[in-house]
Amino acid sequence: METLYVLCVGVMTFSGVFLCLRGRTFPVVLGLMMLGYAVNLFLFSSGRLNLDGAAILGKSEIYADPLPQALVLTAIVIGFAMIAFIVILSMRARADLGNDYVDGKEPPDSSMNSPSRWSSKK
Amino acid sequence: MSLFWIPVLLVLGVLVPIICERFGRNVCTVATMALPGLALAKILSIVPEVFAGNVITEYLSWIPSAGLILSLRVDGLALLFALLILGIGLLIIFYASYYLSEEEAIGRFYAYLILFMTAMLSIVLANNLLQLWMAWEITSISSFLLISFWSSKSESRKGARMALTVTGAGGLALLAGFLLIGDIVGSYDLSVVLNSGDTIRDHALYPVALLLVLAGAFTKSAQFPFHFWLPHAMAAPTPVSAYLHSATMVKAGIFLLALFYPVLAGTDLWFFVVSMTGLATFLIGAYLALFQHDLKGLLAYSTISHLGLITLLLGINTQLAAIAALFHIMNHAVFKASLFMAAGIIDHETGTRDMRRLNGLWKYMPHTATLATVSAASMAGIPLFNGFLSKEMFFAETLDQVALGSLSWMIPVLATLGGILSVAYSMRFIHDVFFNKEPEGLPKTPAEPPRYMKFPVEILVVICLLVGIVPDFMIGDLLAISATALLPDGPLPEYSLSIWHGLNLPLLMSVIAIFGGLLVYAYRHPLYRFQSQFRETDAKLVFEGIMQGGIQQVSRLHNTLSNGSLQRYIALLLILVIVMTAIPIIQLDSAAGNLTDQAVNGIEITLAMLLCISAVATAILHKQRMIALIAISVVGLIVSITFARFSAPDLALTQLAVEIVTVILLMLALFFLPQKTPADSAPKRIVRDLGIAAILGGIVATINYAIITRPFDSISDFFIANSKTGGGGTNVVNVILVDFRGFDTLGEITVLGIAALGIFKLLTRIRLSMPTANDKGIAWSKDVHPPILVMISQSLLPLALLVSAYIFIRGHNLPGGGFIAGLVTSVAIIQQYIAHGVDWIKPRIKLNYQNLIAWGVLLAALTGVGSWLFDRPFLTSWFDYFDIPWIGKIELASAIIFDLGVYLTVVGATLLILANLGKLTTEHRPTVEEE
Repeated sequence: METLYVLCVGVMTFSGVFLCLRGRTFPVVLGLMMLGYAVNLFLFSSGRLNLDGAAILGKSEIYADPLPQALVLTAIVIGFAMIAFIVILSMRARADLGNDYVDGKEPPDSSMNSPSRWSSKK
Repeated sequence: MSLFWIPVLLVLGVLVPIICERFGRNVCTVATMALPGLALAKILSIVPEVFAGNVITEYLSWIPSAGLILSLRVDGLALLFALLILGIGLLIIFYASYYLSEEEAIGRFYAYLILFMTAMLSIVLANNLLQLWMAWEITSISSFLLISFWSSKSESRKGARMALTVTGAGGLALLAGFLLIGDIVGSYDLSVVLNSGDTIRDHALYPVALLLVLAGAFTKSAQFPFHFWLPHAMAAPTPVSAYLHSATMVKAGIFLLALFYPVLAGTDLWFFVVSMTGLATFLIGAYLALFQHDLKGLLAYSTISHLGLITLLLGINTQLAAIAALFHIMNHAVFKASLFMAAGIIDHETGTRDMRRLNGLWKYMPHTATLATVSAASMAGIPLFNGFLSKEMFFAETLDQVALGSLSWMIPVLATLGGILSVAYSMRFIHDVFFNKEPEGLPKTPAEPPRYMKFPVEILVVICLLVGIVPDFMIGDLLAISATALLPDGPLPEYSLSIWHGLNLPLLMSVIAIFGGLLVYAYRHPLYRFQSQFRETDAKLVFEGIMQGGIQQVSRLHNTLSNGSLQRYIALLLILVIVMTAIPIIQLDSAAGNLTDQAVNGIEITLAMLLCISAVATAILHKQRMIALIAISVVGLIVSITFARFSAPDLALTQLAVEIVTVILLMLALFFLPQKTPADSAPKRIVRDLGIAAILGGIVATINYAIITRPFDSISDFFIANSKTGGGGTNVVNVILVDFRGFDTLGEITVLGIAALGIFKLLTRIRLSMPTANDKGIAWSKDVHPPILVMISQSLLPLALLVSAYIFIRGHNLPGGGFIAGLVTSVAIIQQYIAHGVDWIKPRIKLNYQNLIAWGVLLAALTGVGSWLFDRPFLTSWFDYFDIPWIGKIELASAIIFDLGVYLTVVGATLLILANLGKLTTEHRPTVEEE
């Protein structure tokens, strides 16, 4: 179980990091979301994996560690706020700058850029 | 009266001149002298105690838990320096009131001067290495302010910058040295450090600590090769040069050498480095002094030379040499300060300091000329003046040393050569300026200065004479008691302070020096011609060149690293993360701990595979943005199932609700963003990014595996044990959120609120292009609000609200709570927005979401404040059980009000974000006017 768990965390980290390194805003937003999942699972697992525990008193003999759960719960909500913020920021950046590059302008070294029909400001 | 009054009085003294400036110059001068005068009186009052052989120390706890304790100490050495600093300082203040012209801001000048005096005194009185270092740095800064006092002159600014850079850099080296010493000894207390000489000298790091401390001392005391800053510091007003750059600040380095003499000296390394540096400085300074045409330039190089002499003495391995060094410190301070003041008078009265134009001044200012001649004779080491005595001791000690083995005879020879040169430049100061034909083209007709401008010079000259004639009576005790600080073990060696020691070798050396010096001076013109063949290097230009070069290098590096591309920063940051995490991970022998893997079943494997495939698909298909969004939502769903599987129902519920809201949000955003990413990454970059991502993924997985296969002691037992009894709830997660860690939660909902408000602001007046068709050119559906969706969502609304109320109320005891209930409510309302549109919602839901956030945070905070009413700490919760007819026994807890605040904030924030984003396509879009 543990191996399977960390495999998932690793794959999500891989995907998240790769997406974060993209040059346009939307993939970066997705990447941050993905990293958020990975980090939350990572932190959550610091209470170890409890299959039949409970964080409710009197429901079970074994207790799942409630502390990481509480921390991750707020992390999920804050994570949502941050994702919302950057996605709106990227919309605003596109509206004001006329493109959706992370750097705010077309990278100088990339010759593969084809001007997108979205990149013109109206 | 406590010793601490001394620095306190002086710090207050910094303000006095600024306040008193308006009352005229004389009042200002007297007022400025008052507090240092008091400090001097305090020092004088403890003289008997110090002379009795006591070391006075006082402690004042500042932050004792961090080992920061202010403390002062006065021993013989500190006493000597304190007397010099305050005594000469008072004379300088008096002198400066005549020197500065009427229109110059004397208040500011005095304030800087007193600031310097405070710092310098703090150095010599400090009983703590760090405290000493702080004061040391303040002397550098106040010296910078004083040198650049005439800030309109370029040379002042450059000179000040150079002095600050060199002494500041040395100060950093000194700090490193002090930290090392503190580490070796285990204390920064000077009383402890001074008793740990053997510990320090035997430590492996002794050479490093020594060289660092020496670097600090040598830069401050302008020792070769750091001597170049001192001549340029002469751009300062002359009182500053007299005070800082001859009598006190440059002596701080010497003081440091003397202070650490009992601790650091006594090894071959010390003697070699210190004596050779001193000797080189002594000779180079004396030689260059001869060729200066600027009166102050000559004095500056001669100061370098004399500082070198003192350093050399401290580097000679005899006890008498240390005593001679102390003696010369006093003598040099006295005669050099008076010479600088005399030079200032000459400058003041003639308008120039160029010795090629200053000639034959004796006729015009005989009184000043007499005073200057006495001081210069003392500098030359002529008998009957104080300089002779210490120079004689110096010559005697050079004969006694064996620093260079069989080559040791060279040191007295070179010392005599230095003596010859100093007689020659002293001669030049006297003969060239006061005699030797008539003055040439002076800007002013020279005349005697105001009567009292000469007063400080007269005092110092009288001291020169008295010390020179009756040395033992004048300073015998002071010298002896300060010498015990350097030589704490056993009685002082025999020495005699008298003019006549009989016919001996040192006397012969003095005679050679005097006649040789006269000879050199007589034949100075051929020497000048010889020297003029060398191209003069301007230290200022060299220094500026190096500085500019350094700045260019740094800005080039900066431009390379920081080219404005965020994409690149992220890559660099992640590479750094790899480096930082890989190193400790590699040192871990095995990732697997001693817990065994738990069994897996088929469903778990299937879900995990689905998750991995979706995650990778998101990365691969990210150019098809809609598809990538669907893929990532699969990941999110499986994550929430994972939480449920591993006994975290609260998390599962939260994740599920957040997932829904996020996906709706991103779909809305995608409407305004390009729906496809054009190919824009070069293949090379893709490979690089895949590499970084794969390595990081591997590292994170390894760390995670290493953690979860090892047992641990959780601190959560406390929460489990106290949840019911202390917080009144059986859902420990919720009790942690609203009770144990309620303050964290308060902070978190505040962040949530701020993020939502920030988003609202970003959406205001956004200028967006709204596509009329999707990326394949198919127009959007005309059927905006399908009836089935309208009907179902409308009937779902009360149900959803009921569920959220239920989840909210039971949250304290069962999975649920404010966060989850808030999200469920938000989802229900958003569904109405989707189904009905803004036009339908607006008249029906009249909630102001900003207010909702504000009320939520306020409610949560007030719940916390409420506990103050009952004399409890912030956010203490209260609960009790009540019997209510028909309903039964229920629990009421104050935490539920807090949770209500959380609920309101979550609802407000989520709806503020999503509703306003949705409104962008309608005429209800947020504008500035609407606020």
